[in-house]
Amino acid sequence: MSVFDGLKFRKVFSPIHNLDPRIKFIYVIAIFISAILFHQILPLAILFLIQLPFVFMARVQKQWVKSLRGAAFLASFIFIINILTKFFYNNWTLTAFDIESALGMTMRFIVLVESFSVFFLTTSPDHLGLALEQSRIPYEFAFAFTTAVRFVPVLAEEAQTIMDAQKARGLELEKGNLLKRIRNYIPILIPLIVSAIRRSLELAEAMESRAWGAAKKRTNLYLLKLHKGDYILIGITTIVLIITIYVRLFLFNSIPLISSFFF
Amino acid sequence: MTIIKISDLVYTYPGASKPSIDGLSLNIEKGEFVLITGPSGCGKTSLCRTFNGLIPHFYQGVLKGQIIVAGQDVTDKQTFEMAKHVGLVFQNPENQLFALSVEKDVAFGLENLGMPRAEMRKRVDWALNLAGIYDLRERSPHEVSGGQQQRVAIASVLAMQPEIIVLDEPTSFLDPLSAERIFEVIYKLNQEQGITVVLVEHRLDLTAKYTNHLVVMDKGKICFEGNPRDILCNEEISRIGVGIPKATLLYKRLKAAGFDVNMQTPLSSDELAEQLLKVLDV
Amino acid sequence: MITIEDIHYSYASNIEALKGVSLTINDGDFIAIMGQNGAGKTTFIKHFNGLLKPTSGIVRVNGVETTKTSVAALARNIGFVFQNPDNQLFSETVEDEIVFALKNFGFDKETIEQRVVWALDFLSLTQYRKTSPFLLSGGERKRVALASVLAWDPNTLVLDEPTIGQDHEQKEKLQQFIMQLQSKKKTVVMVTHDVEFVAECNPRIILMRDGKIVADGIAKDILTNSKLLEESSIVLPQIAQIFTKLCPLGLPANVINMDEAETTILSHVKKEGE
Repeated sequence: MSVFDGLKFRKVFSPIHNLDPRIKFIYVIAIFISAILFHQILPLAILFLIQLPFVFMARVQKQWVKSLRGAAFLASFIFIINILTKFFYNNWTLTAFDIESALGMTMRFIVLVESFSVFFLTTSPDHLGLALEQSRIPYEFAFAFTTAVRFVPVLAEEAQTIMDAQKARGLELEKGNLLKRIRNYIPILIPLIVSAIRRSLELAEAMESRAWGAAKKRTNLYLLKLHKGDYILIGITTIVLIITIYVRLFLFNSIPLISSFFF
Repeated sequence: MTIIKISDLVYTYPGASKPSIDGLSLNIEKGEFVLITGPSGCGKTSLCRTFNGLIPHFYQGVLKGQIIVAGQDVTDKQTFEMAKHVGLVFQNPENQLFALSVEKDVAFGLENLGMPRAEMRKRVDWALNLAGIYDLRERSPHEVSGGQQQRVAIASVLAMQPEIIVLDEPTSFLDPLSAERIFEVIYKLNQEQGITVVLVEHRLDLTAKYTNHLVVMDKGKICFEGNPRDILCNEEISRIGVGIPKATLLYKRLKAAGFDVNMQTPLSSDELAEQLLKVLDV
Repeated sequence: MITIEDIHYSYASNIEALKGVSLTINDGDFIAIMGQNGAGKTTFIKHFNGLLKPTSGIVRVNGVETTKTSVAALARNIGFVFQNPDNQLFSETVEDEIVFALKNFGFDKETIEQRVVWALDFLSLTQYRKTSPFLLSGGERKRVALASVLAWDPNTLVLDEPTIGQDHEQKEKLQQFIMQLQSKKKTVVMVTHDVEFVAECNPRIILMRDGKIVADGIAKDILTNSKLLEESSIVLPQIAQIFTKLCPLGLPANVINMDEAETTILSHVKKEGE
């Protein structure tokens, strides 16, 4: 059961969850671009901080911390690699500036992870599916996305049942050397694949029976409309972009270094 | 008026050596409640698939004979055209729901037809109410029980307002009480909306009372057709392996033992109990 | 023998599925576990072979605590047949499917051959020995799944919803098959919704509701207790429905199967005639 517990989506309502996913996505892209344009700690720290209100308004602090913790390993990896290369190129010496620029690279990565995790933590799959349906991409893709989300918990549950069924016939997954262990999964994979194929056939049959492909232009039960919050977010996104471009063009070289405060 | 007319139908799946439907003719009148039964592998599922053209269009294979459904020659029409006339509900409720909310699923067919939003809303609510699942409309299909999922499937074909609804063993994964609720919904649709119902079932104990047109199939052919009271008291029927209602079976056994309750063949426990009370209460 | 002492079980989502269940299953028992969806039936039976371990409480199989041994070791004594055969079939032939578990349990070649022949014969599958299980019908696949478990001759057989998706004839076969196992003194535990099937098989019934056992008794008593059944959303078996209505005639109300119904009514008629 625990396997698919985390995969079930739950409906949560908050001002952030209610935002149009399309606008939220544009915002994430804006943050993404801004983060790439800077390598100094100060602007990146600001980009990091301005997203915190979103996290708190959406009340996803716990999951958000979890996703950052997940990224911690990769972040420290980036930091170490940066330090090592600097160390190597500077003939085995390391300056405060080097450390700062390595920290900047790490910070950039954290900002990117942060913005994407806010997006995915606050956008329910049906909302996202709807946004896909109402953007210009072909409907088949949007349909594939929502169906995948719909069936992930079902398949996870099925995988668990299959595992139980084979264990009950004496299969020991953890037994033997590496090769044997991989082979142990065959009795689980085959029923899972066979059932997925059977399932997809039945789905296709049901879709056909409900007039799949009848009209050239499909309609939609729901209409995504922009609300007040969405306009505010558009405003915020624009301001972030304007400031970013302005600072990048005219103030880029006068951004103070943190290390300059100390030396 | 004959709404389904099948003559001399023979159908073989691609790659199969034997035909699954082997010379079958059947007429169904508008507004009828038809019950089809037979052992597994008798061809009843294949027959259902011919009603909206899944056979031969989706499954390919070789089809001979004629099928006219709601005035359309099924072999000429695409399945999406037939979908407006015939709604199909399948055995496994889980595999016919694709959306992330119940009402979105009910709307799926209408969206495909390109129906304007306002009208679609009305139709969806109407279908949800008829199937008795209006309160569940915002739930995810994963959160509702099997019986409720099957009612979502019924609502989703109902929304297209077909003249005929075909249900292929809709309750075989459900417990008896959920099954009974499904049958009640279907019966109501037939009685109140005048929709022609073709129900494939082996639970005759719960369904025989709804119909006076029972079709028993075996090996791709129809072997009995008519009023269930006539058919179920026939001795031949037990040999095919059809699940006769317990009340009918008990009646037959009592009769064979020389105790004739002297009534028409009972189809439900209530009927038999009432008659027994009358005869035995001296 | 399986002894269960006051077990609780919670899933990771903190939903308590079992809220203090105790039960003793003796060798040779024939038990049907009934109850509505979410009553905890499947969670309960998964404790018998250690697929689930209780959050608190103790499950002992032949005196051994399930927490102190492996699923594989427990499975040797307790055969588990899942609802859907497609959740376990994976081999190229029916024979290989049966051999799978026998190999897992480390039987020698000769014994394996013997057991395969026996299991195929017992479930009338001999003609399909070299056929792919995926080419068989639903009822036949169910029998392959059964054969693949019976082959290692476990003392206890646990069946999860054995009648689901099965037609009349297949159910009759299943009933005969359970009766045969009973005559071999095997323990059979089944989880089922199918009241008609239970009424004909006549087992001891454990009724579960909301993570607890609410009734434990013989089929005749439980399947005629309409108040108890109603609380679990179970309908009375048809024969019981008839006899409930026949009460004014002075007939016994606790008749649930066909044979008894026939003899009871006929003897009543005979008595009236005299």
